[in-house]
Amino acid sequence: MKRLLEVDNLHFSFKTYGGEVKAVRGVTFYVDEGEVLGIVGESGCGKSVTAQCIMRLNPEPPGYFKQGSIKYKGTEITSLSKREIKKIRGSEIGMIFQDPMTSLNPTMKIGKQIEESVMNNMSVSRSEAKTRAVEMLKLVGISDAEKRYTQYPHEFSGGMKQRAMIAIAMACNPSLLIADEPTTSLDVTIEAQILDLMKELQLKFNTSIIMITHDLGVIASLCHRIIVMYGGMVVEQGDLHEIFYNPKHPYTWGLLKSVPTLNMDKKEQLIPIDGTPPDLFSPPIGCPFAARCEYAMEICYEQLPPEYEITVKHSTMCWLQHPNAPEVIWQETNEGAL
Amino acid sequence: MESTYVDVDKNKFNHVGKNKDKMEVISRPSLNYWQDGWRRLKKNRIAFIGLIIIAIYIILAVFGPKMVSYDYTTTDASSTNLGISSKHWFGTDKLGRDMWVRVWMGARVSLTIGFTAAVINAFIGVLIGGISGYYSGIIDMLIMRIIDVLYGIPYIIVAILVMMVLGSGMKALIIAMVIVGWIGMARFIRGEVLRLKEQDFVLAAKLLGVSEFKIIYRHMIPNVIGLIITTLTMAVPGYIFSEAFLSYIGLGIQPPDCSWGSLAKIGAQTFRLYPYQLFIPAFFVCTTMLALNLLGDGLRDALDPKLRGQEK
Amino acid sequence: MAKYLLRRLLISMLTILVLITAVWILVRFLPGDPFTSDKLSPEIKENMMRYYGFDKPLTTQYITYLKNLLHGDLGYSLNYKNLTVARILKDSFPYSADLGVRALLFAISTGLFLGIVAALNRSRFLDYFCIIIAIIGCSVPDFIIGSLLQYVFGVKLKLLPVAQWQGFKYTILPSIALGFYTLAYVSRVMRASMLEVVSQDYIKTASSKGLSDVQVVFKHQIRNAILPVITVLGPIVAAILTGTFVIESIYTIPGMGKYYVSGVQTLDYTLILGSTIFYGVLLVIANTMVDMAYGIIDPRIRVYKK
Repeated sequence: MKRLLEVDNLHFSFKTYGGEVKAVRGVTFYVDEGEVLGIVGESGCGKSVTAQCIMRLNPEPPGYFKQGSIKYKGTEITSLSKREIKKIRGSEIGMIFQDPMTSLNPTMKIGKQIEESVMNNMSVSRSEAKTRAVEMLKLVGISDAEKRYTQYPHEFSGGMKQRAMIAIAMACNPSLLIADEPTTSLDVTIEAQILDLMKELQLKFNTSIIMITHDLGVIASLCHRIIVMYGGMVVEQGDLHEIFYNPKHPYTWGLLKSVPTLNMDKKEQLIPIDGTPPDLFSPPIGCPFAARCEYAMEICYEQLPPEYEITVKHSTMCWLQHPNAPEVIWQETNEGAL
Repeated sequence: MESTYVDVDKNKFNHVGKNKDKMEVISRPSLNYWQDGWRRLKKNRIAFIGLIIIAIYIILAVFGPKMVSYDYTTTDASSTNLGISSKHWFGTDKLGRDMWVRVWMGARVSLTIGFTAAVINAFIGVLIGGISGYYSGIIDMLIMRIIDVLYGIPYIIVAILVMMVLGSGMKALIIAMVIVGWIGMARFIRGEVLRLKEQDFVLAAKLLGVSEFKIIYRHMIPNVIGLIITTLTMAVPGYIFSEAFLSYIGLGIQPPDCSWGSLAKIGAQTFRLYPYQLFIPAFFVCTTMLALNLLGDGLRDALDPKLRGQEK
Repeated sequence: MAKYLLRRLLISMLTILVLITAVWILVRFLPGDPFTSDKLSPEIKENMMRYYGFDKPLTTQYITYLKNLLHGDLGYSLNYKNLTVARILKDSFPYSADLGVRALLFAISTGLFLGIVAALNRSRFLDYFCIIIAIIGCSVPDFIIGSLLQYVFGVKLKLLPVAQWQGFKYTILPSIALGFYTLAYVSRVMRASMLEVVSQDYIKTASSKGLSDVQVVFKHQIRNAILPVITVLGPIVAAILTGTFVIESIYTIPGMGKYYVSGVQTLDYTLILGSTIFYGVLLVIANTMVDMAYGIIDPRIRVYKK
């Protein structure tokens, strides 16, 4: 299995009137060919910024790469020129966004929007591009594709719009698809359809997917591996089984515990995580999660924990893994529900 | 990935737990709408300069004429068409009248007309637009039909005709500008009220059992008042311009009364020889309109609740 | 879609009717009677009153006027004896139309260009430069610009002619003076619109396809940003139209504006009535066309969801 994407110690900040916003503070992960990586975290943890870094979609300025590297198929992304990154966008890496209502150009026909990507990235004729566009619409499950090709976004329903987005992103058969909360604004039933579609396409074309979401259910149904982000950092990463059945970071515990389950008692209260994510203008010195962590220790407030390897495919950034730290056992209250 | 042993003192592993103070992060001081608006406006230096300019002009309009010994109607055949001098700070016109006095008397007229017309139109517009938008139904439909039809009627044309019927003078000008001028504001306010009515916070208030009056007073009005003030400020230049325009074509203010517009008209007749007679009143008209435009832009940025916390 | 157009047409026809009636009534209220200034004998005055129909009851006069209007008869000018109002309008309108169209084209093209350039160079020199031009343009009344241009280019620098309308050179200054406000206004609207569009998600989508900056700007940004500009075309046409009154006077162009203003100043009732109605109808038609154009250009209105 070839390594498709390697992110190493990525630091990305924004220069603003109030100072530097440290959006990404040392993120390391990788994506192999054909696998689906999930990125979980609350709003503001840096997951979208990280994803957009891969395609250099963050506005630079005011954004800038402070440190670290991103290697895609061996090429260093952070040092590419504008022209070079445009060659990669669309043809090698595709992206779909959260809100399909606003992510499509309202004054351009859907078919043309797909065609645009094809014509730009593949050297084909107009008619070949049109054929490909209609093909893509069929592929993503839009019936009556020939007719839909000539329609405008406002004539599509929400779910169909998201399918169209997928068609646009996959039109040139990219090796990597980045999905930034693609189902957050959709109904649950539509969400299921979209996830099924993505699974289908992933298997068919062996596309790697980075799935960004805050919904653990989505993660469970699609992803092979997961990274958990908090405060601009990766606090835990591992494969699906490890994360759900043997999580080691208190934040991950909090996330898993806060999901309501079907076999909960009616009178049971939901268990949220108290507090709010840290201010990235002046992030805390120690572990970003310390203030909200039940198990926090003195050292947690003073120093950033190093990354500890639990198994070959599972690591976490937490002082609880230090030999001197007390042992905390994760109770499995959600067995089988997810 | 580090798996190496990090040497840390055993004591550091004492349990501390959550920290209630650091848990919730509020990084900006909490200000109410007006304080925040004023703060943002002050930051916008250009808009603030606009505000200062207007203030200076208003002060000069009140005290300017008293600063010299001349009266705005006194003619002096021996001092016609004099340029700027220490005796006549703005020179004299073709009948020997002192320009400084006339400019500031004119300022009184022009500024009063501009602001009064804007305020009256805003008032009528808010009333009609607000009622129409809030109550919907038949009332709304009726008012909207009337507005639709009236909206197409060109404003200046009506103003000209009304001026011709009413004669000249400040009152006539204000009436002329108000007769059709409220329509734009009414439409705008109606649109905003409709939009606000659909917002969830209004629904939330209703669900909590808040009385209708309180909803209007505490939820809807604060959200539109910023827009009203901004629109008002940006409408004033239009009225000052209309007054200048109407006086320029011979309606509006007649001599010896003066407004900036009528001064411009008189100045235009002789400007090739004595350009200052046109350009001085013109300068004040332009800078006033400029200042108001800049102020209006700044107000719009400062009072838009959606832009809170997003300053450049 | 057809329903939308039909509705617009009906409203505009109603507006025109209300306009004509309102103007007609207002003109009847004008002080004095039209012949006070003339040194005419009472019999001739009476004859002229009868000829113009001033002796009949008001309702009859109104209906007669409407009937005549439908035939294109606007009566005789009271000031320019022997000339029908219709004739005056017909002869002078081409000049005004020519001036107006030139001003409009100049203003819209330059305004769009400045707005786009400003938005693309946000917070840099070009942006501030365009903003300054825009704000100055919106703050300086057209007759002042007209006079200023005359002074600088005609009198001082002696580069361009400042009166009459006899060739391309003559059209330059008046068109610029007339269009300046519109230029400023359009550039402001376009800039604001471009900036709003650039923060929309679909621009990110377009970038993610690997399109060049030029493609993103032209096919995605400008296409959407231009819509609000179309909605303001109505008021723009009105502003240009009223601007002709003053510009034609300053530059001595024999257009409709000049006759209108002189009609106002000499209380030439029929001329005032006729030109006001003409202007009014023109503006209503322009507004309606702009509304309809917007309905056609914005696909969200043009194509209804089934």
